[in-house]
Amino acid sequence: MIEFHLDERSGLSPYLQIVRQVRQALRLGLLREGDRLPTVKEVVAQLAINPNTVLKAYRELEHDGLVAARPGVGTFVTATLVDATLAAHGPLRQELRRWLAKARRAGLDEESIEALFMTTFRTTAQEEIA
Amino acid sequence: MTAVLRAEGLGKRYGKHWALTDCTLDIPTGHVVGLVGPNGAGKTTLLNLACGQLPPTAGGITVLGGRPGGSPAQLAKVGYVAQDTPTYAGLSVAEHLKLGARLNPGWDDALARHRIERLGLRPSSRAGKLSGGQRAQLALTLGLAKRPELLILDEPVAALDPLARREFLQGLMEAAVEQQLSVVLSSHLVSDLERVCDYLIVLVDSKVQVAGELEKLLATHHRLTGPRRDPARLPADQHVISASHTDRQSTLLVRTQAPIHDPAWTVGQISLEDLVLAYMSKPADTHRRPTLEVQR
Repeated sequence: MIEFHLDERSGLSPYLQIVRQVRQALRLGLLREGDRLPTVKEVVAQLAINPNTVLKAYRELEHDGLVAARPGVGTFVTATLVDATLAAHGPLRQELRRWLAKARRAGLDEESIEALFMTTFRTTAQEEIA
Repeated sequence: MTAVLRAEGLGKRYGKHWALTDCTLDIPTGHVVGLVGPNGAGKTTLLNLACGQLPPTAGGITVLGGRPGGSPAQLAKVGYVAQDTPTYAGLSVAEHLKLGARLNPGWDDALARHRIERLGLRPSSRAGKLSGGQRAQLALTLGLAKRPELLILDEPVAALDPLARREFLQGLMEAAVEQQLSVVLSSHLVSDLERVCDYLIVLVDSKVQVAGELEKLLATHHRLTGPRRDPARLPADQHVISASHTDRQSTLLVRTQAPIHDPAWTVGQISLEDLVLAYMSKPADTHRRPTLEVQR
């Protein structure tokens, strides 16, 4: 069983924080297939948050195929995120290193690199949504 | 789905003073509704109208499909925890429960006893000897054991310290799940409501400034910064809530259903607090209708 926490200054909505914490726990192996997530009642009683926030987070996790709700019993983990993408990390990191070296050679300082990355990251994310 | 609260042109006047004017709302059941606004904005008046303690001067209001206070069945459906969670100082905790059982036909005694036990309150303690947080929890217990479909709370946490405030809201949210309650609670502090509410009404100067699902409110309000511009020349579907200008730059808070495409603007997200403050500081505008219901 895991326990959720909320960071009010994270800028992320509470529902998204719960989704991420479950995904993170799956990635780290803290949650495994068959584990039960805390009930909505348990989460709201612990965090003092709106019940619909928890329901929305659980629905999204269910939609992503990570958990399944069994009515009257609880919400259970049905998948794992461990290692699924790990193999791809190495080559991606190398490419990113090469790109960073290129950016520095072009005269970008840390702040400019970060800004360029974040704006590109956001635009691509938005394009994917649209 | 039935509405938990529906108001149409609702108004309340005390003598010459309108405490609430032209209030139109349609709130579906199953929400935890936050009513936020400065002191004296009309929050208590609206809540009193909803539980039937006051008759309206103008317009109409229905709560869970019935006229507030109109029948014993209606009274049983709506629980009310008044401002500062009042209790009877001279009565013991047990006597409060006895009183609750006497006054409410649907009283759930097991629920009341269970809650009191979990809170660690001694049944023999007098309410006057309890801490502020314990008194608030006792008042909440009375409201919940009545087994209402809607619980209305007027500034329930205003007088509590942060720990008692958190514990109170934990109990309230747990009960909302357990009893499938709709909840309406008021506060003059956004931070009290931010975590627990999923529907918000902003009430300023006796008028509803904006009402809607929290997420939709946040998704339809944006902060725009860019080269100085006359707000009157924005696209027609962008409503300016607040605007400030320097000689070169304009910063606007706008509400719009459509995405903002103008590349001159840097579009920023706003927090709930920013949103509420913008509506609170909005100059009174007598020509435009201030009720900005966000479409579901």
